[in-house]
Amino acid sequence: MSSFKFDGREIPFVDGQTILQAVQAAGQDIPHLCYHPEFKPHGSCKLCSVRIGERMIASCTTPAAAGMNVESDTPDINDQRRTLLQMLFVEGNHFCPSCEKSGACRLQASAYELQMMSPHYDHFFPDRPVDASHEDFLLDTNRCILCSLCVRASRDVDGKNVFAFSGRGIHTHLIVNARSGRLGDTDFAAADKAAQVCPVGCILRKRVGFAVPIGQRPFDPPPQGE
Amino acid sequence: MADNEGKSMNPVTACVAVPGVGAVVREVVARHGGDAHELVQILREVQDRCDWISPEAIDCLAAELRVPRTKIEAVAGFYSFFYLVPRGAYRVLFSDNITDRLAGSAGLKSRMCRNLWVEPGKVSEDGVVSVDLTSCTGMCDQGPAMLVNNRAITRLDDARVDAICDLIRNRVPLDDWPAEYFRVENNICRADMLLGAPVPSGSAIKAMETRGAPGLLEELRASNLRGRGGAGFDVVTKWSLCRAAPGAEHYVVCNADEGEPGTFKDRVLLTACPDLVFEGMTLCARAIGARRGFVYLRGEYCYLLDYLEGVLARRRAQGLLGKSILGVAGFDFDIVFHLGAGAYVCGEESAQIESLEGKRGTPRNRPPFPVTSGYLDQPTVVNNVETFAAATLIALNGGAWFAAVGTPQSTGTKLLSVSGDCERPGIYEYPFGVSVAQVLADCGAGDAQAAQVGGPSGTCIDASEFGRRIAFEDIPTAGAFMVFGAQRDMFDVARNFTRFFAHESCGFCTPCRVGTSLLNDLMDKLARGHGSPYDFAEIEKLNLRLRALSHCGLGHSACNPVLETIAKFRSTYERRLVHTQYVPAFDLDRALAAARQMTGREDAGAHIGEAT
Amino acid sequence: MDAKAKVRIATTSLAGCFGCHMSFLDIDERLFDLVRLVDFDRSPLTDIKTVGDCDVGLIEGGLCNAENVHVLREFRAHCRILVALGACAINGGLPAQRNHLPLAGVLQEVYQTSPGMAGGMIPNDPELPLPLDKVHPLHEVVHVDYFIPGCPPSADAIWQVLTDLIAGREPVLAQRLIHFD
Repeated sequence: MSSFKFDGREIPFVDGQTILQAVQAAGQDIPHLCYHPEFKPHGSCKLCSVRIGERMIASCTTPAAAGMNVESDTPDINDQRRTLLQMLFVEGNHFCPSCEKSGACRLQASAYELQMMSPHYDHFFPDRPVDASHEDFLLDTNRCILCSLCVRASRDVDGKNVFAFSGRGIHTHLIVNARSGRLGDTDFAAADKAAQVCPVGCILRKRVGFAVPIGQRPFDPPPQGE
Repeated sequence: MADNEGKSMNPVTACVAVPGVGAVVREVVARHGGDAHELVQILREVQDRCDWISPEAIDCLAAELRVPRTKIEAVAGFYSFFYLVPRGAYRVLFSDNITDRLAGSAGLKSRMCRNLWVEPGKVSEDGVVSVDLTSCTGMCDQGPAMLVNNRAITRLDDARVDAICDLIRNRVPLDDWPAEYFRVENNICRADMLLGAPVPSGSAIKAMETRGAPGLLEELRASNLRGRGGAGFDVVTKWSLCRAAPGAEHYVVCNADEGEPGTFKDRVLLTACPDLVFEGMTLCARAIGARRGFVYLRGEYCYLLDYLEGVLARRRAQGLLGKSILGVAGFDFDIVFHLGAGAYVCGEESAQIESLEGKRGTPRNRPPFPVTSGYLDQPTVVNNVETFAAATLIALNGGAWFAAVGTPQSTGTKLLSVSGDCERPGIYEYPFGVSVAQVLADCGAGDAQAAQVGGPSGTCIDASEFGRRIAFEDIPTAGAFMVFGAQRDMFDVARNFTRFFAHESCGFCTPCRVGTSLLNDLMDKLARGHGSPYDFAEIEKLNLRLRALSHCGLGHSACNPVLETIAKFRSTYERRLVHTQYVPAFDLDRALAAARQMTGREDAGAHIGEAT
Repeated sequence: MDAKAKVRIATTSLAGCFGCHMSFLDIDERLFDLVRLVDFDRSPLTDIKTVGDCDVGLIEGGLCNAENVHVLREFRAHCRILVALGACAINGGLPAQRNHLPLAGVLQEVYQTSPGMAGGMIPNDPELPLPLDKVHPLHEVVHVDYFIPGCPPSADAIWQVLTDLIAGREPVLAQRLIHFD
């Protein structure tokens, strides 16, 4: 089996695996947001960027190759990843204390992991109305990070195309498949794969918020012995 | 589905009897064979007829093309020239390249807005007209320029703007406007092998048929021709890889998107010698085994479409396109045009292929590269207009003849689009290796302090470097050459370019989507006099992040103008770091204006002064 | 930092809820250690109204009005090290939820449309600070040296940063002490 070096460790891989896939298969990880093992890698959030030689590349889309020397967990690379998180935080409206997804949010967890102490940049404070039209779900695009997981899930698994991106550049935004622009007027349903994949608090199931106490949520730190 | 036959879409078109949206959509979709891959073209044609892409149009398109409406909205929302809200019957867009600005475009735009009582970026209250900005329209040698309903108007001045306002106020159809407004000059100031010697149509194809496709590739190898789009990839390698790649079909794409601000040489090449280009595409088709070719023509050049279609028709009549070219059985090839719709990123080859497939112009993850997996995942060659033209000359005259011109690594000639502060803007064709100083002398740039070579994503050359040469060995360029006189502030130049990249970022990857906006905001902050050394450090950090982490060349090069002007014209930045301590980007006192108005207060406590 | 001289600390709450200060008090008996090491300048704990020259300024809350801006500037001018304490100081927090609404509309809704407030008049007493059109976190108006996230930050997190600063160390929060809620 071929292998490559990842932060000094040998990581085996099979043909067709990307760097991130091989690293995960070996029980290691690289910070990531738009990657999900069940979907085709997308490579847009760039959080999983690693260094090979002089170049930074997205590890979720770059095929593993024998002999490559991949650097990931270094202060400089983590600093770059922190910048990406800060960009995502100021681009949207991410007020964790009032978000039902807090403690289970991958954006927040990544920020903890990478020790992001502040959003650093000036906030964009965009005006994005909340869509509560659906019987079972809230759509709060204030928290959307444009990872496209819901787009891919709805298109590739559910066969529904409930979600897509419109606009361009900083105006890129999530749209739903209804002339009214309301989620409640689409065929989105709780059983959809797209209802399970949002890494942040954008697509939220109604009536189950704040059910898990602080301290027991997925990304809460383990309790400390006094 | 509810159809809205005959319903008005906008107050002006409503005056004229037009078919309903449904009828228009059905007709356009039918003309494109109901193929959703043609979506960008379909949207353009629907909008041409209806002035915008209305919700009715989207529903109808979704039904006719059997795709979800998210797909239509996603694509329409990506391109600057498609409107999901009404923008009036007259959609005026001022070209916002720095050369237009230097020529006074900002004042002309204000004048027009004043004349027409319309706020920039908004639609007039009567719904007739909107006035906004667009990225460089490729008329830099005859600006300031604008687009009205995507038709190019050049040489704007106060009188012309006033006259246009009258035409709009009187609702004169665009076809009845003075033809003079739409006149676009070639301004060929220096011609060499491409622009200088007319080549009889078909002669290069005949020459190739004598040698055979492998013979053509040999000549290309000997010529050492490199792509003219800027990156300079070896042409024979690209064609050979594509030729060898397995695929049910192979495709030729001519990249005539030419969105790099300051570039207009493809416009002139297509106008002055379109046969060179189409012949080059035909040669490529023969070499790689393609039966279909596309010219991806930037939307700003749609005025060329009828003329170029005429050239294609003539070539078909001459047996140079279509079935059995030159009577050779199995040599089948034809060309269609695809028009862009205002998205610079579609100049990137994989984004262009996405656009050709009727999608948002998002650059693909690579590998695979287009030579093995391009249009419809089939092997595809994408080359620049000028590259195809050069290939024609090589097929005709041989690789050695071509390689004798230029420098060892940069054979042949290069078309430069010269604009800015010079007496003779226009197209200059030079053998590769020409010095910047020579170009400046020839175009009459007396007191240049800098030349921006290769557009915003290229290189800023200051006076100490005017001895450098235009060549892949030294300064590579797709052809833009903008001159800045001593009186210009290079900070304003960099700021204009930064705004361009923020506007044109496709939005796919985080660093470019957010980073170009942050960079733009920081440059605006400095321009407003709110700069401090803290902001300067931020600009430098953002530059590093964009360069390292972005998905494609747009993000990688978005920081070039700032980095280069910092390196070469540092004082223009230092002059703007007026504060030693950090100050906010926004005006604190103005942030109280709404509250002052609501309370009627004007006392001292109702204001915030500078920090002491 | 000179180990012998006591470190001088100022604290304040701008557009905040004093929750971060309550959390600060949650360092409990460690307060006794703290007062041996520091003197408090302006702070709700001392009731001193103006800030003098300090080593460290801790600021809770974001900026929602003119007075907030004045106080923040005073702290920046007098504190060698400025620390943004808690979610609102760092990203505007709850008060910033009004940022997508035009201020005029907010004032109208509160004082004129809704029944019962101020007799249908928007208060205009010069004593009252005018609200900014948007709520801003501290770092958008002055340079901020360190941030302690959390709503509120835990007493342990505050203690960690303070003791690091008092000892002249670069403050570092263990990952378990970093939370945004």
